[in-house]
Amino acid sequence: MTDLLEARPAPGTAGKGSLWRIRANLVWAGATNNWNLFRTNRVGIVGLAIILFFALMALIHPVLMSGMRWYSGAALFLVIWPVVAWVTWPLLGRLRHERRVTFPLTVGITAALLVAIGVTFGGVWDAGTYHPVVGNEANPPILHKTVVNEVTNPATEMSVREALLYSNPDGSPLLLGDVAEIREQPTGPYGRHWLGTDPLGRDILSQLMKGAQGAFLLGMVAALVTVLFATSVGAVAAYMGGWIDSFFMRLADLLLMLPALAIFIVMSSVFSFELWHLAILIGLLSGFGGVAIVLKSQALAVKVKPFIEAARVSGGSTFRVITVHVIPNVIPLSFLYMMFTVTAAIQTEATLSFLGLLNIDMSWGLMIELARNQGYFLTGMRFWWLVFPAGACVSLLAAAFFLVGRAMDEVINPRLRKR
Amino acid sequence: MMRYIARRTAQMFVLFVIFLTLTFLLLTALPGDTVKQRFATNPNVPPEAAQLAIERLGLDKPLWEQYTSYMWNFFRGDFGFSFLQYPRPVSDIILERLPRTLVLFLTVLVSYYILGFMAGKFIAWRRGRRGEHAITISSVFLYTVFYPWFALMLIWFFAFYADVVPINKFLDPQEWVDAPFSSNHVFMVIFGVMLVSGIVALTLWILSRRIRDAALRKRAVWMGYGALAVVMVWFWYLSDFGSARRLYAGDILHHMILPVVTITLISFAGIMLLTRSSMLETMREDFILTARAKGLAEKTVRDRHAARTALLPVTTSLVIAVATVIDGGIITETVYSWPGMGELLFTSVVGQDLNLAIAAFSFVGVMAMVGHLVVDILYMFLDPRIRVTGE
Repeated sequence: MTDLLEARPAPGTAGKGSLWRIRANLVWAGATNNWNLFRTNRVGIVGLAIILFFALMALIHPVLMSGMRWYSGAALFLVIWPVVAWVTWPLLGRLRHERRVTFPLTVGITAALLVAIGVTFGGVWDAGTYHPVVGNEANPPILHKTVVNEVTNPATEMSVREALLYSNPDGSPLLLGDVAEIREQPTGPYGRHWLGTDPLGRDILSQLMKGAQGAFLLGMVAALVTVLFATSVGAVAAYMGGWIDSFFMRLADLLLMLPALAIFIVMSSVFSFELWHLAILIGLLSGFGGVAIVLKSQALAVKVKPFIEAARVSGGSTFRVITVHVIPNVIPLSFLYMMFTVTAAIQTEATLSFLGLLNIDMSWGLMIELARNQGYFLTGMRFWWLVFPAGACVSLLAAAFFLVGRAMDEVINPRLRKR
Repeated sequence: MMRYIARRTAQMFVLFVIFLTLTFLLLTALPGDTVKQRFATNPNVPPEAAQLAIERLGLDKPLWEQYTSYMWNFFRGDFGFSFLQYPRPVSDIILERLPRTLVLFLTVLVSYYILGFMAGKFIAWRRGRRGEHAITISSVFLYTVFYPWFALMLIWFFAFYADVVPINKFLDPQEWVDAPFSSNHVFMVIFGVMLVSGIVALTLWILSRRIRDAALRKRAVWMGYGALAVVMVWFWYLSDFGSARRLYAGDILHHMILPVVTITLISFAGIMLLTRSSMLETMREDFILTARAKGLAEKTVRDRHAARTALLPVTTSLVIAVATVIDGGIITETVYSWPGMGELLFTSVVGQDLNLAIAAFSFVGVMAMVGHLVVDILYMFLDPRIRVTGE
């Protein structure tokens, strides 16, 4: 703190710029402090790693697909690059001290790495084959199966009964001992499709990546809407009190108890329910609901602090006190609830897609619905690439956001820190 | 106190009317007319007959008239006819579905709350020891796992691969072909038995709190539970009433195993995490330190001082869970084809069965609001601070 105070210029010489510099320094110091606390929480780091993995999956999809314009590639690069540099910099910690790897060098290395990845893998996926919705693998690998009486190895043999479904290349029926050439979808993982294809011949990995994009979009929008409304409702209700307070709190109580899934089902039957509708609805429900209650109690604690009194005495309007003094002090707590909102949003989206209620072309829930509708679930391990990856993705990403939220809880909420 | 409850009930009623109005408007705004859709695809129905049906159902009247007559009938207890199962009145269908949902979900709630509370208590008390991360991560995974997917995997493993439980539905039709009872009657019997034995067990537990001597208390509790078990055996095996229904009740319970296990696995982690954080906050309080300083046994401090205080948020979440039972039932009942209220809500909305959908949805709303009121009243009993300042 002392160096911050020293950074403050002498009274009378303070321009607007230096005030902003002090604020930036304060924010930076707080963030560093919190990050150091967060870093000690192993569970939170696991969650963060999972989130980064899925983010990478979502971002690399447009690079892999062919037909990418150079400017969208450049825009992507600008988005990914700081993140990669930011992750790589602490990873190089040991090296940094011994070999003098400087920050500009890290930035250069990561940039070169990304460009190399883009040049090597850019557009390797032909859109006709790998598009997550309309793609189709035209040449699946040929399976050779012998027709036998008793099947001992289902991978190389088939029963006489099953042979009725196929025929020889010349059209004659398969007899006992014939070798059938089968081209079938879904195919298991092989060189061209690392996670196999679905019954329509679409690439599973590509679908997973597309699903990750949707999950992030949904999570981000829902979380932003939640924070926007929850902080303003919480701050206004706490600062104003009176009937405004009781109105918002009754509303929050009610929304907390509301049967959300039932409402989404009704909504989905009334109008075409798209991903961003759902995101905004989830955001509104939690923004005016449970999160608003928590943030209001935090804002109440802020309201009685002396600096609020000082701001009011020196003539700050209600609007100014709320926006400049109350809300910035409530925001850290709202980030925490952002994480839990993202978890809920991902789960809700998957459930609604699973019930077939969302107007959406590809998502993890939809992949599970497809596998279930066509009866692949009861085949157990035989078609694992249809059954496992999508469900695991939903569960993992939701769990990751939840873990990060819990870790942040222990950072922000000092009562929960270890003894 | 009574005045507070009366005021809240009145508020609730007004709120319910608004809720019902919104539901009505939302559902009547559904695209397409159910009756017209149904008859348009059936060439055997002449247009005059379709027109007659529309007039008899009152669908040609202006919205305002439909709304007032619906509201008037609703509060007289007449919810109209179902469109999908035409001549059946809605109240009949709901009365048929309700016991199935109640029996399934009350069993589930009891099992996962007890399990979750016990587990959370132990984990909080053992904080910082080995295995904490593993337990936290696995419970978070259970808590956030994609529920329909997890349920389908369990169906595959237990019902299809290992074949120890039936795949779905709530009874085996072959066994019920010449059954002298309706399934609903058996459900009501199961529900009654569960309710009575639950109340008896709870009374026993509360009465036993008054016995000071620990050894005597333990003996009294076990004797009470033993007596309850004896009565159960007598009821199901020896009494005429119970033994006639035993096989049918057994069939239903057999079908209940998998849903109960699934929801318990998924939900107990949430209760465990809630109890854990609530316990951690309680354990920092001064009275825990005092209790330890007095030289009380660790188990006594944990169970009688910390855990009881930590029960407050868990109780709230229990009431909310009861109130939103139907909402939670939508997925479970769809995945397990359990024909209860959640499945009814889903199919009626998707199938545009207006009367049924509005009635089912308003039922969900009533349960949520009553639950909300119960939480507030319960809080006043459990937390003296709120009782003093709440009014």
